[in-house]
Amino acid sequence: MDNFSYVNATDLEQVTSLLSDSGWGEVMVVAGGTDLLGELKEYIETPKTLINLKSLPGMDSISMNTTGITIGALTTVADIANHPTIQQRYTVLAQAASSVATPQIRNVGTLGGNLCQRPRCWYYRDETVNCLKKGGDTCYAVDGLSKYHAILGGDPVFIVHPSDIAPALIALGASLKIVGPEGEKTMKVEEFFTLPAANPFRENVLQPNEIVVEVHVPQPKQGTKSFYLKAREKGAPDFALASVAGVFEMMGQTCQNANIVLGGVAPAPWRSTEAENILSGKVINESVSNNAGAAAVKDAQPLNDNAYKVTLTQNLISRTAMMAVS
Amino acid sequence: MSDKEKKQGTEISRRSFIKGVGTGTVAATVVPTILVGDQNTAEAQTDEATSTAVIQLNINGKVHEIEVESRTTLLTVLRDGIDTNGNNVDLTGAKLICDKGECGGCTILADDKPVYACMMLAMDAQGKQITTVEGIADGDDLHPVQEAFIKHDAMMCGFCTPGFVVSSVALLNENKKPTLEEIKDGLSGNTCRCGTYPFIFDAVETASEKM
Repeated sequence: MDNFSYVNATDLEQVTSLLSDSGWGEVMVVAGGTDLLGELKEYIETPKTLINLKSLPGMDSISMNTTGITIGALTTVADIANHPTIQQRYTVLAQAASSVATPQIRNVGTLGGNLCQRPRCWYYRDETVNCLKKGGDTCYAVDGLSKYHAILGGDPVFIVHPSDIAPALIALGASLKIVGPEGEKTMKVEEFFTLPAANPFRENVLQPNEIVVEVHVPQPKQGTKSFYLKAREKGAPDFALASVAGVFEMMGQTCQNANIVLGGVAPAPWRSTEAENILSGKVINESVSNNAGAAAVKDAQPLNDNAYKVTLTQNLISRTAMMAVS
Repeated sequence: MSDKEKKQGTEISRRSFIKGVGTGTVAATVVPTILVGDQNTAEAQTDEATSTAVIQLNINGKVHEIEVESRTTLLTVLRDGIDTNGNNVDLTGAKLICDKGECGGCTILADDKPVYACMMLAMDAQGKQITTVEGIADGDDLHPVQEAFIKHDAMMCGFCTPGFVVSSVALLNENKKPTLEEIKDGLSGNTCRCGTYPFIFDAVETASEKM
């Protein structure tokens, strides 16, 4: 990788002022670096300056109160996965975090970095390919090799969003706080992510001079069950072929409300309102679960090599729903 | 030719060269560039004062003072670093294999937690207690994990072994009596292309009985 100037962040004002005016790519922020260093080594990004966010104080903790939990953006994925309260009450989040990559990466990778990580698409990650995502005029997955690409929401860029944590947070109704030169703003995690039709070059609404500083997850209602199911190509750690974050407000066998958010199948975490509508207010059984799975992929448009994801996603959803009553 | 063009020109030819030769040559080519600095980095240093720094790293209980570029990874320092007294760090137990945080060959402990040295900037290792496979044994007394790897012949070519030993030690420090599933999970960030996994898992079980 090319050399860069390395600046230890002292406070958020300094970070946003260093980021201002630079646009994308000249000045970048880094926390765990498990995604960014890969991009630097492959010359996908060649920043002149990296701002080290790890030196910011107080942004790596998990705090709780009666409204829910607040997780600093510098909290490691391992700390989220191993937190006893998150494991008990926010199960889908702990399960998603523990499914991320490997122990070595979870010890270093952060919440903010997991949400802001870039796509794993092999065309995007190849420095010799100037694809649509990098300012070219073609998404090569359309006519090329598309085994790991999007079946939903793809047009015109068919990457999938690689985060496991994001679908879990959206299913739990989490919000995040962004700090920029004009101060801070809060938005739902769901609104943070964008589809390529809105902006083919980025995966979220973050501006070049803004950073994510924390995530707030509201406390799930009494009787809530939640699960994260992730299909990988092999038993060993990998990104999701497809994943389902399911949060079910249960009363006995009846699901009063269901949140179903998919990972690995669309350029952004994909909320399936079709599946949610079928599950909410129903007694969950095999037929209802199967209908929910089928409804979620009704509009799927697979590419040449990824039709398997349609069946896979459908089955993962029905299996997740059945877990709520088992 | 502008500085930028000059830099890119050199960069591309060096990279094309690296891509065209075997990995053995890569190490030999990259080392002088990263640690001694070529003409391009010398220019960069005058522009950006923070692109190199003299840092102190605590590795296996010994403090090394060493000048690094911002882009230098901890793995490069361990294997190929030269300290400010001109001594080689020379800790080649952590292996440079995939260089992208996937294979686990470079696993080391940072404050007792397993991490990939190839994906950590040397500058970020400041203030941490770094332990490499060379620091696992107590003098001449092997660690129970190392003894168990020998007893179970838990290696074939042996190239991944240092990483597996370090991950196994980290796992057993956290969890004294792991189940087989927990062992598999704890070692899931390491890859053995020879496929000696069953022997490795046996070795960790044996070691857990001695810790």
